[in-house]
Amino acid sequence: MTAIAHDLPVQRGAAVGAAQSRSIYLVAAICVAIIAMMLFPLVVSVLASIKTPDEAVAVPPNYLPHQLSLANYLKVFSYQAGLATYVFNSLTVAFLTILFCLALAVPAGYGLARFRIPGKEVIFLFLLASLMVPYQALLTPLYLMFAPLGLTNSYVGLAIVHTVLQLPFSIYLMRHSFEAVPRELEEAAVMDGCTSLQALKRVFLPAIRPGMVTVILFAFIQSWNEFIAALIFMGKETMFTVPIMLVSVRLGRFGTVDWGALQAGIIIAIVPCVAIYVLLQRYYVAGFLSGAVK
Amino acid sequence: MNAVRSRYIGLLYVAPAIVFVAVFVAYPLGRLVWLSLTNASLLGGARFDGINNYIRAWKDATFWTSLGFTIKYTLYITPILMGLGFLAALLTAENTPLKKLTRGVIFLPVVIGLGTSSLLWWWLFDQQVGLFNRALIDLHVLSEPIVWFTHAEVALWAVIISVVWKVVGFGMILFVSNIQGIDREINEAAMIDGASYWQRVGRIVLPLSYRTILLATLISAIGSMLAFEQFYIMTAGGPQGHTFTSVYWIYQNSFVFFKLGYGSALSVILTLIIVLGTAMQIFLTRRRERT
Repeated sequence: MTAIAHDLPVQRGAAVGAAQSRSIYLVAAICVAIIAMMLFPLVVSVLASIKTPDEAVAVPPNYLPHQLSLANYLKVFSYQAGLATYVFNSLTVAFLTILFCLALAVPAGYGLARFRIPGKEVIFLFLLASLMVPYQALLTPLYLMFAPLGLTNSYVGLAIVHTVLQLPFSIYLMRHSFEAVPRELEEAAVMDGCTSLQALKRVFLPAIRPGMVTVILFAFIQSWNEFIAALIFMGKETMFTVPIMLVSVRLGRFGTVDWGALQAGIIIAIVPCVAIYVLLQRYYVAGFLSGAVK
Repeated sequence: MNAVRSRYIGLLYVAPAIVFVAVFVAYPLGRLVWLSLTNASLLGGARFDGINNYIRAWKDATFWTSLGFTIKYTLYITPILMGLGFLAALLTAENTPLKKLTRGVIFLPVVIGLGTSSLLWWWLFDQQVGLFNRALIDLHVLSEPIVWFTHAEVALWAVIISVVWKVVGFGMILFVSNIQGIDREINEAAMIDGASYWQRVGRIVLPLSYRTILLATLISAIGSMLAFEQFYIMTAGGPQGHTFTSVYWIYQNSFVFFKLGYGSALSVILTLIIVLGTAMQIFLTRRRERT
């Protein structure tokens, strides 16, 4: 009697254990399958980019290149004005976007977090209100504003549009970064006779560095990837950014698609974003969560 | 500190941002509304035209088709994104090495540009050189290659597949952070009471993720309502203009047909729809903060 009573739970425990280890293997198998599915498009694209141009247009296509070749990359490097031009355009616009975002959002965050301002919350809402307006709708009036000022086909012009997109998030994040700095640090600086500008430089800037990294990351990735504004504002071929160049590579000469060159271009467009993500994942995901959830 | 002085100093720090938003958001928005009441053209000239553009929009069959198509796209893709995102979050919320890796890989395409990923998938879907058909046939999912972009309905699904690949990690990462925030003890208590895994998901995880799901759904739906790149690149509005989205139709009118006034009226209508959606989102977020 007692023996049986003792036996039962043990047997049940063993059964549960077996089921559990089976489900662990199942979960692991699902994880591996998902990783394979998610990486498939990227991996075959990388492989296609190092095929010879002839093999890149082979029907039916092969997964693996039979012969390695950098011909597709060379073709993209010398495409029209040259890849260097387009990458330089994209980087310049991204750099200016980062500069504008920091120049506006750091002081704004400081002011909103650390000073008593009449109507502060109204001002804050006004600054974030552009989140509610789809920027696609603002492109026409912005275009009409910019055209007579020479800000179309201009780095500064496109960077301003990208800043419009990125500023609410940047201000929001900066305000929270400044608010998280302990009062005592600021008080000590004031006791030492610092002006507010000196306090910003000595006390706050070192403390909000992680927030600034996140602002920079997001501004870069957003500007590097942005499509419709670049399409409208950069009409001149030599001013194309990388994504716009890709669309025109696709058309190729004589109306046929140059598949190999397109693959190489896609990889070049993807690499900076993936590299940043892999290296700075911590900042990226943290910023992502604070922007979307809070 | 001197309160009177510091109030103006504070304002001084915020002033550049206020000026920027006034000049590059508020003013263009006002000008958009004004443009929508004129017959402005990209070729020059603009005369006040009353609400004629809005009357034209009312009668414009393609505008309604494009709005209908955008809503259809949004209604199709949003539940898929949220459902798969939630399942992916359940799968990877634990911080084991394999699960963290899976989470990182699922999130990876989120950082790639939508334009770039659309071109990548446009190649994968190509019936001659694309590898998507070949892979599906090799896996015995298909017996014959699919021609993806000659029928609007099939083209829509092609776009959905590519966008799900690109943004499913977005919802997942929000859900993961939510699931990780759920008190361990609740789950452990339920386990002791003999609740199965799916019972715990249904009774504990889902109810406690309610707000996050709502929020992610709204953000995602608004993004889908503004879809442009994926259709511009993959379907070019075709076949026969059946896959024009609202933003695409606005772009087409403003920058291809040069009808800025009419395009602006369409933009105003779309903006009103989006503002309504975002207002709901902010309302929900504020309630979340209070609790």
